[in-house]
Amino acid sequence: MSGQVPLVDYLVLGSDPHLIAHECTSCGARFFDRRNACANCENDEFTDVDIPTTGELRAFTIVSMAAPGIEVPFVASVVDCDGTSVRGNIINTPPDPDHVKLGMKVKLATYKVGTDDQGTEAIGFGFEPI
Amino acid sequence: MASDDIWILGIHMTKFGKHPDKDTVDLAAEATRAALKDAGVTMKDMGILAAGNLMGGGGIGQMLQKQVGQTGIPVYNVANACATGATALRTAIMAVKAGEVKYGLAVGVEKLAGAGLLGAGGAAKKDGVTYEPSGRFGAVAPTDGRIGTQTMPGVFAQIGMEYGHKYGGTSFELFARISEKNHAHSTLNPLAAYTKKMSLDQIMNDVMIAYPNTRPMCSANCDGAAAAVVTNGETLKTLSPDQQRRAIKVSASILTTDPWQEACQVLPDVNTLTRNAATQAYEQAGVSPEDLDLVELHDCFATAELVHYDNLMLCEPGGAVDLFESGATWRDGRIPVNVSGGLESKGHPISATGIANIWEVCNHLRGEGGDRQIENAKVGLAHVIGLGSACGVHILEKAAA
Repeated sequence: MSGQVPLVDYLVLGSDPHLIAHECTSCGARFFDRRNACANCENDEFTDVDIPTTGELRAFTIVSMAAPGIEVPFVASVVDCDGTSVRGNIINTPPDPDHVKLGMKVKLATYKVGTDDQGTEAIGFGFEPI
Repeated sequence: MASDDIWILGIHMTKFGKHPDKDTVDLAAEATRAALKDAGVTMKDMGILAAGNLMGGGGIGQMLQKQVGQTGIPVYNVANACATGATALRTAIMAVKAGEVKYGLAVGVEKLAGAGLLGAGGAAKKDGVTYEPSGRFGAVAPTDGRIGTQTMPGVFAQIGMEYGHKYGGTSFELFARISEKNHAHSTLNPLAAYTKKMSLDQIMNDVMIAYPNTRPMCSANCDGAAAAVVTNGETLKTLSPDQQRRAIKVSASILTTDPWQEACQVLPDVNTLTRNAATQAYEQAGVSPEDLDLVELHDCFATAELVHYDNLMLCEPGGAVDLFESGATWRDGRIPVNVSGGLESKGHPISATGIANIWEVCNHLRGEGGDRQIENAKVGLAHVIGLGSACGVHILEKAAA
């Protein structure tokens, strides 16, 4: 099978790539990973919600030492997408403090992570300056 | 003294650094035997052993007993990330507090010299030949480095940057100056792994690990052990005047984990559980932050020290930068922080750290701090945090007599 798969299951590909979260139907807490029950209120029902694709850079680091196979330097960050915090890299801009600033506005962008032996492309996401 | 007060009767830390000629049990045995000697008791007096170690393969408590005394007492092997040592101590304290034993022994030990980068284990799976979603994120390839970072230097760098974003006033240079302080403090600590003073230029121009943390701004992986003997007030009253004089009161012993907060599973929230632990500790001890004569806090990275000034309420909310800029946290300041040199220079043999920081505070409260003694120290606080998360806070007080 050729085609594309998302790097993680909370990235929705297509014409309008975006992230989804599992939102607790009781308290509204949001999780990107599979949950047995809500860490905040113990409810075990969730509904998927779309996460805004733009946000504000709330924290970042420029990683120069990483596990083998990870290209450095890269910018790891936390982006506040209208009240939902998202972990992701800052991409499509030089990885230095002159180009990456706390509080700057960013938007979701996708890129090819790799291709498997079936010809399937894995698509990852990051955030780029607006 | 009240009968059910908890006292540290004896405590010891080994030299931190490289110990190629000693194994994990050697280091634990060295700390244990020295702590027992410091307390004036033996393994035969101990009612419980709580032993912490993460990298040694498990069962450290029983392995230790075979080298220092197999008396048949219950052993609790504990693991709680970087809070392992504090958790071992708290386990021993709970047994004494419950009245089940008169004496408890807590030990923390780690062989970590040359371990390299920690925390890069968050990958869902290795790069495979055919993409298949796996794990709780349905990942088809490793995510660490592709979706942010889970390495310790990067996580704690972001924690410091987040504080700067919220309150302002931080910079690469500010964080480097915190490291400059701790490296300066380490020159007076012969047990520290690194005891060299470093200039601001040296720190800022050293190898960048995760901006804004350069290598000397990161905790030093090393070998080491620490151990403590605890007892209750009723037992202490029966001991010699010298044992009573040197005993240090544990006015508060608190362990917390992180309550759910928005974002806490995106970037670990090290703030809420530390603040919660500190609040409970001050209440339990009946002291306020202003009463503290010294603090040993978990500066696993220079960026972490800043946020913990605030979390431990050494300043007003948002006032950590001003507190540091005032010079208050230098050893000659109003509230000296990490006079041991901190994890950045003393070193961070993970499981030993949560007892070693208590040893440092006890040393000052006993007036046995040598060249780095904080004069007339009467009350001190020791803090550790392990990601995941767990936070230990102990408040210690000099014996009244």
